[in-house]
Amino acid sequence: MASFILNGETVTVDADPAMPILWVVREKLGLNGTKFGCGIAQCGACTVHLDGQPVRSCSTSVSQAEGREITTIEGVSGEDGALTAIQQAWVSEQVPQCGYCQSGQIMSATALLRDNPAPSDDDIDEAMKGNICRCGTYTRIRRAIKVASGQIEPRAEGEVA
Amino acid sequence: MNDLTPGEKGTKKERSGLSKWTRRGFIGAGVLAGGGLLIGIGVRPGNPIDRLAPKVAGGAGEQLINSWVKIDADNIVTAIVPHCEMGQGAHSVLGQMLADELDADWNLVRVMQAPADGSYVVNDTARMFVAPFTMNAADWIEPTWNGLFTQIARMADVMITGGSSSIRTTGQHSMRIAGAAARKMLVGAAADAWGVPASEIVTRDSMLSHEASGRSATFAEFASAAAEQPMDQTPVLKTADQYRLMGRSMARTDIPAKINGTAEFGIDAMPEGLDLSYAATIRPPVPGTSALRMDASRAREMPGVLQILNMGNFVAVVADSYWQANQAVNAIDIEWSQSDSPVKTMEDQYAVFADALDAAGADGGEEAAARGNAGEALANAASTIEAEYRVPYLAHAPMEPINCTAHYADGKCDIWTSTQVPLMARSEVAGILGLDAEDVTIHHPYLGGAFGRRLGSEYVGMAARVAQATGYPVKLIWSREEDTQKALYRNADTCRMRAGLAENGGLQAYDSVFTQRHDPAEACVPAMYSIPNTSVRVAEAPLHLPFQAWRSVDHSVQGFFIESFIDEAAHAAGADSVEYRLSLLGDSPRHKAVLEKVAEISGWREPAAEGRAKGVAIVESFGTIVAEVVEVDMSDGTPKLANVWAVCDAGYVMNPDGFRNQIEGGIVFGLTAAMYGELELRDGAIVQSNFHDYKMLRMNEVPEIEVALINSGDVPVGGAGEPGLPPAAPAFANAVFAATGRRLRTLPIAKQFA
Repeated sequence: MASFILNGETVTVDADPAMPILWVVREKLGLNGTKFGCGIAQCGACTVHLDGQPVRSCSTSVSQAEGREITTIEGVSGEDGALTAIQQAWVSEQVPQCGYCQSGQIMSATALLRDNPAPSDDDIDEAMKGNICRCGTYTRIRRAIKVASGQIEPRAEGEVA
Repeated sequence: MNDLTPGEKGTKKERSGLSKWTRRGFIGAGVLAGGGLLIGIGVRPGNPIDRLAPKVAGGAGEQLINSWVKIDADNIVTAIVPHCEMGQGAHSVLGQMLADELDADWNLVRVMQAPADGSYVVNDTARMFVAPFTMNAADWIEPTWNGLFTQIARMADVMITGGSSSIRTTGQHSMRIAGAAARKMLVGAAADAWGVPASEIVTRDSMLSHEASGRSATFAEFASAAAEQPMDQTPVLKTADQYRLMGRSMARTDIPAKINGTAEFGIDAMPEGLDLSYAATIRPPVPGTSALRMDASRAREMPGVLQILNMGNFVAVVADSYWQANQAVNAIDIEWSQSDSPVKTMEDQYAVFADALDAAGADGGEEAAARGNAGEALANAASTIEAEYRVPYLAHAPMEPINCTAHYADGKCDIWTSTQVPLMARSEVAGILGLDAEDVTIHHPYLGGAFGRRLGSEYVGMAARVAQATGYPVKLIWSREEDTQKALYRNADTCRMRAGLAENGGLQAYDSVFTQRHDPAEACVPAMYSIPNTSVRVAEAPLHLPFQAWRSVDHSVQGFFIESFIDEAAHAAGADSVEYRLSLLGDSPRHKAVLEKVAEISGWREPAAEGRAKGVAIVESFGTIVAEVVEVDMSDGTPKLANVWAVCDAGYVMNPDGFRNQIEGGIVFGLTAAMYGELELRDGAIVQSNFHDYKMLRMNEVPEIEVALINSGDVPVGGAGEPGLPPAAPAFANAVFAATGRRLRTLPIAKQFA
């Protein structure tokens, strides 16, 4: 049995203590927003927050989360589904292509902006280089982080550019 | 006046049971099999909405108008699109094109994935590959061509997304027509009801109105009556000055679900009422071998393990969770059969290529294109240059690992998977299970990237076999290692090139010979350049690894060969890389304009910053001309990517921001391969296994990218997904040459500076 707080709610789940958080939330708890990409903490697609810190859930066992708080992409938005500034910027800058890596990207960016409200390019590189985007949306991710942190203006809604 | 046309490619034998389909070859087979018989059968039969409605318009109050569009009681227009959404944005833009012709209010438009059904074959995609000359047929013959290619596409299961083709084929020739036809049906219904001439009815923002009588109605009010109206197969389409949505950067409809974790990909399948088990598999390390014996005693004792299967060409463990299945399958000792391939290392593969190239010599091999007399012109040239180029094998590495969920029970099979070829996957499963295709249902949600990888559907067949063998509904997932090492690949190749220069440096002769030719046929031909004597030859040689189209296919290889070697010619002529190309583009005004523009926005003619240098390349692929300038920073002795400027002429861009996003992605994909992409072989097996050794460019390594678009109009619309890629590698390598004087004739680049 493993017990932790998932997106604000206490959950208890019957799982091997060595099972990575990724597979516990996906297969046992049915939250599919966290993605499997590489299984060895190389791509960042599985990024979640453990007590607020971004971790690679494919390589973090559920026993390490015992009694702690896990936040997944499903727990990022406000209670009524209201988008965060980062999510809004992901829309205004039309960031995603296939979208598969974007849960992880948003989790990494969310942690960055919470600790550093106006990150420089170097700060963004450092915080985001663990997240691969095979579609190559990096330049838009960078712009969206700057939009979300108020450093540049978002593009118009509806019709962009 | 370019008279250089690529020769027809001969029918190629399958090199591997896995590489079942090349974009040209497979569809071509359909034509040969049925073309003669089908001419005249004709028209896409009537308006099949009665049959389709239960599949696509089951909601309350929904009225299907034709195959591609439905309208509900709340006046929501839904475009039903046959192509998959793998990040290229086709769902949105196809919806935009249909909605524009329909005069729908974009805020009331939704897009849905068409089911894997014969009615949703992409006949125009098939048609573009097989018979592009029919694409703009006169009205009187159009129904015949349309029907013919629909029949062919159905026979060949052509429900394909690839070839940067969705917008320029299905968009231009199906979605727009469906939208315009539906509009005409709505107008016809309103005209009948109101007793006014159809010509006096105006459509706008999902409303119909008749000014003289003051009448107006929503589309929804006439949706049912419209479905009874005759459907015009060749309605008049809008001209560019009449567009309301096309040509504008409408926000993508799929993005909201992709920022909050709700977007569903194949790997997320959780079919209601099914208690899924999970399968992990191991495939042979060397292609073509199989599992002879295995010792699964350790795996059998591991927690959660339900079944262990030796399926011959793969071994599977089915367990309560994927994590358990994957640990267990890796605990099995498997004895594989021996491969008879002579290739154990990449040096062996390059030796195979060299043998074929040696045999072809200076004028042998299959002629791909010829003009003038290259041999003679080379012999008489004032000076000649020659070089040998190489590229390695590459994996596609989409972020969503390969996966498929299968449920086989009571003579029916349901499949949930990410695929570019849902109907081919359906046929594959039907064949394996001995079912009729209609008894197999393919559910195909969003794809977590594909880049050609998911044109193969071997994993779908694997899941069907495991479901059949175990009786469990099963979700089968390949590990990243399996997809890196045991999949389908961009081919390696070697190319030998020669050029003959006149006294003034002008390019008089060009000869290239290489061993691999797939698609598109014209990729190997430097057709935009005015070179009086040209010879392009193929000396076929076998590949050790199975081939699969990889983003931009042959252009990813030939773009590097051609545009690097043209750069060598410029250098030999003592000319500037842009000016030299411009001098060769006299007969290609669109290319010239693109190159001029990229020189302008990149500051090409201004002095380089300290430690930096620029390289240029231009490639036309999939109907779009793209020139790129890459700026590298060599100040610490290793190449860093500083800036990329790209200029594209696609004729007309339907969604500029979406197009730019695709070009940006193509550039990063191309630069990633150029910087790091390489698969090495040891004992015939791939060495690289995951992202630590099959490296991707990351946030701290990508350049700034600026993309400018030219709408030159009056030409068929070009593609977006692939054309950004081919110029990236040569422009990068040419920049390194400009900075260092080192000509890079092999990829990847990073390790040459390690």
